[in-house]
Amino acid sequence: MSGPTKTLDNQSPELFGQTPWQTVGPFFHYGLPWKGGADLTGGSDLGARPELTPEGHYVLKTARDPGPLAGKMIEIVGQVFDADDVPVPDAMIEIWQANAAGRYNSPDDPREELALDAGFIGFGRGATSEDGEYRFNTILPGRTPGPGNSQQAPHIAVGVFGRGLLKRLVTRIYFEGEAANDEDPILALAPAARRLTLIASKTGEATYRFDIHLQGEHETVFFDI
Amino acid sequence: MTKILDYTREDAGQPPSLFPAYASTVARSPREPLVRIPQTLTETTGPADWSALMGESKADLTRQHAAAPLGQRIIVSGRVLDEAHRPVPNTVVEIWQANAAGRYIHKKDQWDAPLDPNFTGAGRVITDAEGRYRYVTVRPGAYPWRNHYNAWRPSHIHLSLLGPAFATRLVTQMYFPDDPLIPIDPIAGAVPEAYRQRMVSRFDLATTQPDWALGYLFDIVLRGPDATPMGI
Ligand SMILES: [Fe+2]
Repeated sequence: MSGPTKTLDNQSPELFGQTPWQTVGPFFHYGLPWKGGADLTGGSDLGARPELTPEGHYVLKTARDPGPLAGKMIEIVGQVFDADDVPVPDAMIEIWQANAAGRYNSPDDPREELALDAGFIGFGRGATSEDGEYRFNTILPGRTPGPGNSQQAPHIAVGVFGRGLLKRLVTRIYFEGEAANDEDPILALAPAARRLTLIASKTGEATYRFDIHLQGEHETVFFDI
Repeated sequence: MTKILDYTREDAGQPPSLFPAYASTVARSPREPLVRIPQTLTETTGPADWSALMGESKADLTRQHAAAPLGQRIIVSGRVLDEAHRPVPNTVVEIWQANAAGRYIHKKDQWDAPLDPNFTGAGRVITDAEGRYRYVTVRPGAYPWRNHYNAWRPSHIHLSLLGPAFATRLVTQMYFPDDPLIPIDPIAGAVPEAYRQRMVSRFDLATTQPDWALGYLFDIVLRGPDATPMGI
């Protein structure tokens, strides 16, 4: 029997499986990074680039005040660089972390004995500036369990998105000066010569710097999770 | 030890980070191999309170301004599922897109196609108990870009999902049936050909509303629980 060949599509059972990743492209700013998305501790507008959206067209969330939070407030600043050390002005960073007690604000963290802070969601999102810079205000996370009976050092999971990134790159922020870094089971998996790319340098009492190099001599360690 | 539910790793249908035909991947993709790590509680948990995090649902992109936007009104609906065909309820789907002429409201989009004061092109929906979502918009136009000579992106809608865990994050683009630009687009083309049609929606008469809007179906499949967890 002749006839048109069937074109498979999203609804074809024989194609069922993970939807493929695609880039966020250069024009995500009016759709993804909301005002306050990068401020997990306060009511600032950190995270958004509202100057890239014409007046009357900002439809994303505005900042919220999470209320009092346990733990130490910190600021993390960094720049995203490409292979030629050129700052990336159209990248977006997401973070996910535990609170100061080491508890994730997620239905899949079963450890009810650890306190949640109602206002602390632990998820953040921020766009880079024209200088490729991002900035988060957050809480220094507590330690969390690792594989087996191990304990992880305080860390923040990081996703990097942007024009030219077909899929998210995953890395982690650890903190300079944390004694637990030496026994962290994930940090130990990174090649020793490049491990320092995962450790934010302490630039002040409560400030850290964490640059992200997508490629090149100082390429950040990225993870397959 | 805390029990941890592992998620599957990425499958063969995912694009590489480096795909030279999409020129800006060349200087923005790592050259060192990714370091494979076991999934810990960090990777297997994720936020769930979407309205506190991102605000309430905005599912009708045709009613955000004083009047209706120009263009073909469409309904896009489908389900968010995991790889075991199970629905992913209460998860956020963020969307953004160009207008009917193929122009983004973004200030850096300087292409000479008209802006529509009645169309922003951004919204978000939360899936219901069966993982269903539905939104109303206009069909976005194709647009040129500078990747190579006479380069045009096929009509597409950008979608962003978090799913239940840090590990299930997905950003993708939904394409439309029978678009001749898809086979020559380096972004869609970064996905191995055997899997590319996963990103192409289907026109559906049952979703179409008489005298009102054309309907398209698009299911989104996130990484699911791994049946055979195996350390690293
Ligand atoms: Fe686009």
